[in-house]
Amino acid sequence: MSTAYMEAALLLAGILFMLGLISVLIRRNIIFMLISVEIMLNAAGLAFIVAGTRWVQPDGQIMFIFILTMAAAEVSVGLALILQIYHQLKTLNSDAANVMKG
Amino acid sequence: MENLLWLIPALPFLGALLLILFGNRLSRTLVGVLGVGSVGIAALITILLGIEFLSERPAFYHQEVWQWFLVAGFNPSIAFHLDALSMVFVFVITFVGFLIHIYSTAYMAEDADFSRFFACMNLFVGSMLMLVMADNLLLLYLGWEGVGLCSYLLIGFWYKEPANGYAARKAFIITRVGDTAMAIGLFMLFQAFGTLHIQTILTEAPDTWAVGSQMAVIVALLLLGGAVGKSGQLPLQTWLPDAMAGPTPVSALIHAATMVTAGVYLIARMYVIFDLAPVAQLAVAVIGAVTLLIAGFSALTQYDLKRVLAYSTISQIGYMFLALGVGAWSAGIFHFMIHAFFKALLFLCAGAIILALHHEQDMRKMGGLRHSMPVVYWTFLIGAASLAALPIITAGFYSKDQILWYTLAGPVGSIWLYMAGLIGAFITSIYTFRMVFMTFYGESKTHVAHPPGKVITIPLIILAVLSLVGGFIELPHNFAHVVLFSDLMAPVLPGIMANELMAANEWVFQVLAAVVSLAGVYVAYLFYLKRPSLLQSLDRSDTAMALHRFWHSGWGFDALYDALLVRPYVFLSNLNKRDIIDSFYTGLARMAEGFHEMFSATQNGVLRHYVLGVVVGAIMILTISLLL
Repeated sequence: MSTAYMEAALLLAGILFMLGLISVLIRRNIIFMLISVEIMLNAAGLAFIVAGTRWVQPDGQIMFIFILTMAAAEVSVGLALILQIYHQLKTLNSDAANVMKG
Repeated sequence: MENLLWLIPALPFLGALLLILFGNRLSRTLVGVLGVGSVGIAALITILLGIEFLSERPAFYHQEVWQWFLVAGFNPSIAFHLDALSMVFVFVITFVGFLIHIYSTAYMAEDADFSRFFACMNLFVGSMLMLVMADNLLLLYLGWEGVGLCSYLLIGFWYKEPANGYAARKAFIITRVGDTAMAIGLFMLFQAFGTLHIQTILTEAPDTWAVGSQMAVIVALLLLGGAVGKSGQLPLQTWLPDAMAGPTPVSALIHAATMVTAGVYLIARMYVIFDLAPVAQLAVAVIGAVTLLIAGFSALTQYDLKRVLAYSTISQIGYMFLALGVGAWSAGIFHFMIHAFFKALLFLCAGAIILALHHEQDMRKMGGLRHSMPVVYWTFLIGAASLAALPIITAGFYSKDQILWYTLAGPVGSIWLYMAGLIGAFITSIYTFRMVFMTFYGESKTHVAHPPGKVITIPLIILAVLSLVGGFIELPHNFAHVVLFSDLMAPVLPGIMANELMAANEWVFQVLAAVVSLAGVYVAYLFYLKRPSLLQSLDRSDTAMALHRFWHSGWGFDALYDALLVRPYVFLSNLNKRDIIDSFYTGLARMAEGFHEMFSATQNGVLRHYVLGVVVGAIMILTISLLL
């Protein structure tokens, strides 16, 4: 894999990560925040794949499978929490979930 | 009998313990029996021991009860040492204490805190006995502080009156000044000898220190500091007149007969140290001489019956210090014993008068009591005669004459000290008989409510007899030559030789002392009975009145200390009300609180802000790791 491809792929991963981060910061809807976190996770996964291809090592793909597994687990917990928040507060606005503030 | 030694202090302690624990639940009779009985049995044991001691004449009795503690080779024990010196003190404490306890059952009969009174009194007797019987200085110090505590408790016995509490605190704090000096002296003694065992120190001191060596002088002066505080001598004498706020039996026992003479005991006990420090010993004599004059003049002007006696106590202890200071050890202790008899007697008489007149202490409101209280009158007269040292018949004459004689003719005697003593004797007999004439003669001004009963008069009679015959155990050699007392003291305290040249003319000075004493009585008679107009003309003179006020306030010492110590202290503590040192710690707490406020504001519950925080933190860490 040439260096030019790798740089482009890493740039793509960086852009994806920044997009996810920015939408986590600006979105109020808690489901969109969850989706944005998924985007960030996939950006990180992409970076791993690129690195694994560059050094011709399987570690990158192994890490990606880990990330997928973890994302599945995280989404199941996250969705359960979102359901609970919706039941309790009748809204998906994350700013409304501030009853435990200091 | 030697094995019973520990019982003497233990019995009063046991009495105190029982009274503290169960006093409130016992009947008054039982409290009285416990309180008086414990001291009474101790007195009985003392007398039996004393008889054995006098017949066998051992150097001392010694009993070790147990080892107190052991730290790095320092092993003071709870051990008692009874030699002739402590024998005299133990006898006075238990016997006079016993009489005063009997008297107290009548004096305090109406008081609500009957059992508290006897608990404190027993605790006092126990501590005082421990003080004089201790075989090491640490145990002595324990007793020393114990009597200080009891003195505080009993001066403030009627604590509902704020003035009494003030007097108690004053006594406690001022004596603490002396005690601190004494504690430092004990540290230095321990540093020098590695032990506080009294006999060891006395034996080793002459080998360790040369005469007049700096260490000996410093230690002696520090011990003198403790003695001065406890015995109400210059410059720490101001607490004693105020200590009269306590019940009168307390004044008789603690502030006349026993505790205030603890300083005399300490100096006599450690006489070797003072022998090695002639400067300190001279200081003892000078302090004694100045104190006896100052207190004597103050006593002349007091109207409160008990304050006259208080100043007179200071003055008489001054005589004891004078005797110790010129090396007449035995004479000082002899005067202590006689003084305990007649001063306890005078205080108890005063108590009987005060009780009969509904707690009236002002002599100007008394008068004519000679007819209504004949027993008190006669016993008081005997006590007063002994205090004024009327020649031949009274014990006070023999003890005081001995002091005056050695002050002049002893090896370090001087005419100045003698003159001070002689003028003091003159003043003593004036103020003593001023007291007698104001209280018992003239017209009756206050009605006698209830004349004293037998429980009050019997101790008075016993003490009166002792005040008269007590002196016959030690008579001047040109008179009858009885030296029972100095013989008793000889193994413990060194004797004193009078100047050969003067000894031939001793009778001249005896006659002089007698004349001075009688002249004092005459002056009092002239001013207070025969020609009161003389006194009134004195009242009209401005100088005399200014002097009167000055003496009445005790030579302005209270005002002086107030201006020098109390006011600056109060000023400084007012200045430091906000506690400057503490502000550092308050600042720390404030800072923690500030940070808390700041960070607690970030916990606003907005999820996106938290995410932002994480991002900013991550960027900062990345930046730093890239830069470094």
